[in-house]
Amino acid sequence: MKVVLENLTKIFPSRDKKSGKEVVAVNDFTFEIPDGQLVGLLGPSGCGKSTTLYMISGLQKPTSGKIYFGDDDVTELSTENRGIGLVFQNYALYPHMTVMQNILFPLQNLTGKDKLTKQEMLDRAYNAARLVQIDELMDRKPSELSGGQQQRVAIARALVKMPRVLLLDEPLSNLDARLRLQTREEIRRIQKETGITTIFVTHDQEEAMSISDVIVVMKLGVVQQIGKPQDVYDDPKNLFVATFLGTPPINVLEGKVEGGKVYIGDEAVMDVAGVEDQNVYIGIRPEGIEPNPNGVLTCKLNNVEVMGRDASVVSSHEASRNPVVRAIISSDIQVDTTADTVKYNIKPHKFFLFNKETEERVYFEVK
Amino acid sequence: MVDSKHQWKAWLYLSPAIILLLVFTVWPIFNTLRMAFLNGYGNMAAMGGATFQFGIENFLKVIEYDKFLDCLKTTAILCVATVPISTTLALLIAVALNSIKPLQKTLQTIFFLPYVTNSIAIGMVFATMFNIVGYNPVEKVADTWGIINNVIQFFGGEGISWINQGSTYTANIAVMIVYIVWNALPFKILILLGGLQSINKQYYDAAKVDGTPKARVLTRITIPLLSPMLAYVIITGFIGGFKEYSSIVGIFGEKMGPPDDAGRLNTMVGFVYDALEKDRQGLASAGALILFVIILVVTLFNNKVIKKHVHY
Repeated sequence: MKVVLENLTKIFPSRDKKSGKEVVAVNDFTFEIPDGQLVGLLGPSGCGKSTTLYMISGLQKPTSGKIYFGDDDVTELSTENRGIGLVFQNYALYPHMTVMQNILFPLQNLTGKDKLTKQEMLDRAYNAARLVQIDELMDRKPSELSGGQQQRVAIARALVKMPRVLLLDEPLSNLDARLRLQTREEIRRIQKETGITTIFVTHDQEEAMSISDVIVVMKLGVVQQIGKPQDVYDDPKNLFVATFLGTPPINVLEGKVEGGKVYIGDEAVMDVAGVEDQNVYIGIRPEGIEPNPNGVLTCKLNNVEVMGRDASVVSSHEASRNPVVRAIISSDIQVDTTADTVKYNIKPHKFFLFNKETEERVYFEVK
Repeated sequence: MVDSKHQWKAWLYLSPAIILLLVFTVWPIFNTLRMAFLNGYGNMAAMGGATFQFGIENFLKVIEYDKFLDCLKTTAILCVATVPISTTLALLIAVALNSIKPLQKTLQTIFFLPYVTNSIAIGMVFATMFNIVGYNPVEKVADTWGIINNVIQFFGGEGISWINQGSTYTANIAVMIVYIVWNALPFKILILLGGLQSINKQYYDAAKVDGTPKARVLTRITIPLLSPMLAYVIITGFIGGFKEYSSIVGIFGEKMGPPDDAGRLNTMVGFVYDALEKDRQGLASAGALILFVIILVVTLFNNKVIKKHVHY
C-alpha cells in the first residue's frame, strides 16, 4: 500500500496566550511512499517527524493537506478505520495482560464481517508471535520481559491485524546499544518478510541510514531532503543535511570562493571553475581527507586515535566550525605523530560547498 | 548501623517520638487489653478500691447482649450497602471528570467540598432534607415536609416519614445509606482521579488505534490499571464503615435512632461509647477488641479476594 502525503501541514495553537505564537510542527509536506518500502523519518527533536507519523496514524488531525493510502483519501478517516498498526515509543503494552492477551486484544475488537472465531484469533496471534520470535513467551506479563522482547510484542500486536501500513515511533530509543543493533536488523527482516509499507521515526541518523529504503530528513517542520540513504549522504542538499548525517560528523570550515578557487585561510584547496565568488561553508567528510606531505590543507595536529581497522587523525584549524578537523584513514597509513602540523589532500566527491547565507549547496563540476 | 558506643544518642533523639507513642498509643492499647480481661471492670469502682477477677466475662456479656447484636447488624448492613455503591459511583464520576476538559477544576472542587465539611454539619443538613418540618395544630398533622418529601409529592407520591416519629428501620437505613455514600464520595473520587491521571495516555491511544469500544476500554484497560487504587478505596471503605458513628449522630442525634425508638441505629462504636458513659470500661474494651478482630478478619478477607483482581 503506497502512502501519499499532500501538502500536509500541522499547526499547534500557541500555549502561551499572550505571545499568541503558533507552532508550525509540520509545514507543507508532500511525499509519496512507495508500496512495501521501509521509510525512515529522520530529524532532531522538534522537527515534526513524530507529528507526521501521528497524522498518518490518525491520532492527530492535520491542519491542512491530504493523506492517501493507495487511492483512498484517509484524511478524514478515524484511526481505527485506517488499517494501521502503530508501535509506540515506550511500547504501551497493557501491563495487566499477558503477551498472548496483548496480541489478541486488537483482534477481539473486530466486529461484523471481520469478526474472527476463537481458533482464527489464536492462529493469527501465534503467527504474529512466531514472526517476531516470541512464541515461547506467550504467558508472561510485559514486566517479566526485557526491553527487546517488549518491543517484539508491541510489533506483534501491531502486525496481528494485518495492517495496511505499519508505523513505528522511535522503535529503538528505549533499547541498549547492543540490542539496538540486533533489533534494527530484526525490524528490517520483519518488514521484508511481511512486505508491509513501514514508516518509522528516529533521531538517530545511523539507525535510519542502516535499515531504511528511503530516508526523509526533516528540520523545524520542513522536509530537507528525501532519498536513498547513501544518495542523501553523498549528495546533501544543504548544510543541515550534510551535518546531520554521518558519524563522526562532517568537517565544516569557513572559507571563500574567489576566481574559481576555494580558499580556506590563505590556502587554495580546490578548483571550482565557474562558481561565482562568495563566502562559503566547506563540508568535507572525515573519510574525504587524508594526510599527505604534499597536501593542500594545513592543520594543527592534535593526536591520532587508532581504533583497530581505522585510525582517526584529530587536528584543528582556526576556520573550522567544529572543535576538531577529523580524518578517518586506514590504520595502515603511518602519520608522524610528533609533527606539529598535518597536511591533507581532499577527495573532490567528499567535498561540498554551501553558501554562507542560505546554507544551500553550491554545486560545482568535479574534474 | 550506629556505633555501639553512641547508641544512647540514637535513643535520645528518638525519645520524644517514643514517649508520645508509649503514652498515647501503646499504653491505651495495653490498658484496653487489661480492662477487657478484668471481669466487670469499671474506673469508678476501681478507684473505690474494688478488685476484679481476671476472666473473659466481659466478652461473654458483650456477645450475649441483644443490643450488641443489633449494633453489629446495623453496622454490617451499612458497610455492605454503602461500600459497593460509593465505590461504583466514585469510579463513574472520576472517569467522567477525567474525560471533560472545561470546568474540570471547578467540578473537582465541588465534588471535594463534602470532604472538608464537618460531618455533623452535613448530617444536620441531611436531617433537614429528610425531615418533616412543622406541625399543623388544627389538623394535628405535619404539614410542611422536607425537600425529599416535597420532591416525592411533586411527582405524585406520598411523603414518607424518614427519620421522625413512626419511621421504619428500612427508611432510617435508606437515609443513612444516602448520607454515607454521599459523604464517602469525595475521598474516593480524589483517589481514583489521581489514579486515572497517572495512567499513561498511550494505552488509550493504543486502544484507539485498535478501535476498542468505549465500554471495553473501561472494563479491560481503565479498571484493571486502576485496580490498586480501587483496592485501597474498598479496603479503607470497609474499615471506615465498621467505625461508623458520627454520621448517625449527625442525623439522629446522640439518641442514635428516631424519637420513638432511641438506639435503633446504634453501631458498634456507639455501643463502646455507651458502655464508657455508664462507667463500664471493661465492657467497652471488650467491645472495642471484638470490633478490632472483626475489622481485621474482614480486611484480611478483602485482601485475599482483591489480590486476585489487582493486576500488578
